[in-house]
Amino acid sequence: MGIITSILSGFALAFIAPVLYRFGRGATGWIVAMLPLGLAAYFSSLIPQVCSGEVITESFRWIPSLGINLSFYLDGLSLLFALLISSIGALILIYAGRYLSGHPCLGRFYLYILMFMASMLGVVLADNLITLFVFWELTSLSSYFLIGFEHDRHESRAAALQALLVTGIGGLALLAGFILLGQTGESLELSNLLNSGDAIRNHQLYTPILLLVLAGAFTKSAQVPFHFWLPSAMEAPTPVSAYLHSATMVKAGIYLLARLSPVLGGTDLWLYSLTTAGAATMVVGAYMAIQQSNLKLILAYSTVSVLGILTMLLGLGTELAIKAAMVFLVGHVLYKAALFLVAGAVDHETGTRDVNRLGGLWRAMPITAIAAGLAALSMSGLPPFFGFIGKELFYEAGLTVQSAAHLLTGVSMLTGMLLFVAAGMAGIRPFIGRQYILHKKPHEPPVSLWLGPVLLAGSGLACGVAPGLVDTSLVAPAVSAIIGHPVPVKLALWHGLNPALVIGTITVAGGLGLFAVRSRLIKVLSPLSNVVVLSPTYLYKRSLDGLMAIASLQARIIQSGYQRYYLLIIFTVTAALVLYTLISLGGLHGPVNLSNIQFYEAGLAALILMGALLSILTNSRFTAVAALGVVGYSVALIYIIYGAPDLATTQILIETLTVILFVLVVYHLPIFSKFSSVAARIRDALISLFAGGTMTALVLKATNVQFHPTISSYFAENSVPLAHGRNIVNVILVDFRALDTLGEITVLAVAGIGVYALLKLKLKPEGV
Amino acid sequence: MDTVLAIVIGGLYAAGFYSMLRRSIVKLVIGFILLSNATNLLIFTASGLTRGRPPLVIEGANALAQPHADPLPQALILTAIVIGFGVLAFILVLVHRVYQTIGTDDMDKMKGIDT
Repeated sequence: MGIITSILSGFALAFIAPVLYRFGRGATGWIVAMLPLGLAAYFSSLIPQVCSGEVITESFRWIPSLGINLSFYLDGLSLLFALLISSIGALILIYAGRYLSGHPCLGRFYLYILMFMASMLGVVLADNLITLFVFWELTSLSSYFLIGFEHDRHESRAAALQALLVTGIGGLALLAGFILLGQTGESLELSNLLNSGDAIRNHQLYTPILLLVLAGAFTKSAQVPFHFWLPSAMEAPTPVSAYLHSATMVKAGIYLLARLSPVLGGTDLWLYSLTTAGAATMVVGAYMAIQQSNLKLILAYSTVSVLGILTMLLGLGTELAIKAAMVFLVGHVLYKAALFLVAGAVDHETGTRDVNRLGGLWRAMPITAIAAGLAALSMSGLPPFFGFIGKELFYEAGLTVQSAAHLLTGVSMLTGMLLFVAAGMAGIRPFIGRQYILHKKPHEPPVSLWLGPVLLAGSGLACGVAPGLVDTSLVAPAVSAIIGHPVPVKLALWHGLNPALVIGTITVAGGLGLFAVRSRLIKVLSPLSNVVVLSPTYLYKRSLDGLMAIASLQARIIQSGYQRYYLLIIFTVTAALVLYTLISLGGLHGPVNLSNIQFYEAGLAALILMGALLSILTNSRFTAVAALGVVGYSVALIYIIYGAPDLATTQILIETLTVILFVLVVYHLPIFSKFSSVAARIRDALISLFAGGTMTALVLKATNVQFHPTISSYFAENSVPLAHGRNIVNVILVDFRALDTLGEITVLAVAGIGVYALLKLKLKPEGV
Repeated sequence: MDTVLAIVIGGLYAAGFYSMLRRSIVKLVIGFILLSNATNLLIFTASGLTRGRPPLVIEGANALAQPHADPLPQALILTAIVIGFGVLAFILVLVHRVYQTIGTDDMDKMKGIDT
């Protein structure tokens, strides 16, 4: 019960948070942060259990007939993510309460971000694939609301929509992949699928499954060429960028790849697609990062780069690579969230995020500067930070691959150097050197704005100095969960003098060199950025425009706004469908029976047809009314001839009333004028004749159908004994089906009220 | 007679459709009346015609003598006639009101008028 409670409590708090904000105001951030803090404590309490190799599952029936259950699965991998989500969530909530204080929609912000947190927990804890998918989509949806939080700005809305469309399309592919996976593996539960990896990898549907799942993971985790939505998402308030777009949501794709690697991993297709996409992403991201001058964009692109590194490592799939991925992931979460929060604090204090206008801030905001420095050093991969351990493992994993180790190492080194430069630009540069004149005089921000960065960056240092804090308790269970059997993980700062250390040192030296010449470097490389960045964005924009053009074209055709075109389509399509059905049911040949026709019947038929024709052709309103009267009374006579005296009576009464009413109304209307052209008339006449002819065919067919007589004969037999009435039609109306008649009377009464209201309604003159 | 009535019904429908496709709103109402009559006759004819044998139980008998006209469609049509009239009355008054307010009976000119 613990897991589902932890998720549902997040949703529950989300919905009461706006109310809470009305009473809690400024303290709300601290109050709501208690929940993720409590959740973090709960997940920590599971560490010993999970470390001993235990897996915690919970299952609730949802749609058992389809194999869909609300089931949860907690192993080392899930636990690592759940801990990150809940503990960073707490810091973010405290931070956001202050960062956005005074914002008119802050109450709503808590709703969105708590909803996101709960959904994200759902993603990493779900056992059933459909459950996972539902939470996955909920994270996209809450991300949409959070990116578009400043909804009165066009850029925010556009960025939100872009993120939603890109991840949403990926999500649909993922759903298809999950369904295929469920059919192939004969279960939708991850816990079962994890044991049937071999069968799935050898199945003929393996390739489509993998490609669909990758489409979902790559869009969510911003892999090239889907990476463009992540920098755009920086329109979101900074706490959101820190939480969703660096620490958690963008890692959902990484989580999924890690989670499914025992099922789908280990093949050539897996290896090549993940390493290619990952390597491309890490270089493009790092390269783009140093091209930026906006603090948040530098961080966003470096996040893209790290997501590429993680994808590549998961693609390699060796024990070492998986170990590197998990260490790198934890390190990245710690330093990147810290740097984002620092960027927010700097923006909050100085009013700008432009790195070219920031410098020397350490004097005004020393605590923030220390946090930023620690985080940046970890990001640069310098000892004794956790980022250093991650980077060493990353190089080591690259060196041990069987093919293309040199290429991979070279690309990794390039990425490492560029990330080093980015770290310096975002975390060090704004705080040292000359101070610029700013609109606002910066001060040290309040505790809620530096608590998060200090704790996160401090943890990065602590884990680096004493990796024993996390290696056996968090990293080892996660690695074991991905590999599929227990793997011991012993992390240390000093690995001895090995190639990875040498490479690391070269990277740092190269990074320092590049940092020194960065302004010239940026200028030289900038023409490239147009190609790399603009093309996917351009494609996205063009396809969106195309979609809108098709939609408006379609709307123009279907939604013409003219009543008669709607009717035209309805008549034609209905008649064609009826005709098709009639033909497919055995042709149009009804028994044409022209014998046994009395002369007065033929006369009546002719009268009706002539009346109808006259009523539509005449130019005189009163002729039309009279012609309609002829039709109505003739129909009444047909009712009389064929044994329906009640119908005839009603028809005559109603027809009389209709004629009177019509005359009264039409008297006030203008005379008929011919509005439409001859061509339009001919077209309408042809379509009407076609539809009318179809109805004739339908009647001919229908008279041949032998109705089962039970219902009518029941009335015929029981009318006298049960209802004591001899007129069976009357008995049906007032006795057997009296309730229907009550409904009919109600309709009449409502129509009567409507008529009365319309007649009595006084139009107010304009402006009164 | 079935065949003749089938043609009559088809004719009524065709006239009703044609009338509804006109731009004048009064023609729309005329089309509505024609369609009501056509549909009532359609139900009446489709359920089988019996000449001159109304579904009335004669005095002294306990059940209907065969053959007789089917009472059930008659009950349905009776309801339909009455409801059709209710709707028609409402439409007519509405048309009257629309003309008073907008001053046109051309449906193409009724677009985008918010009075």
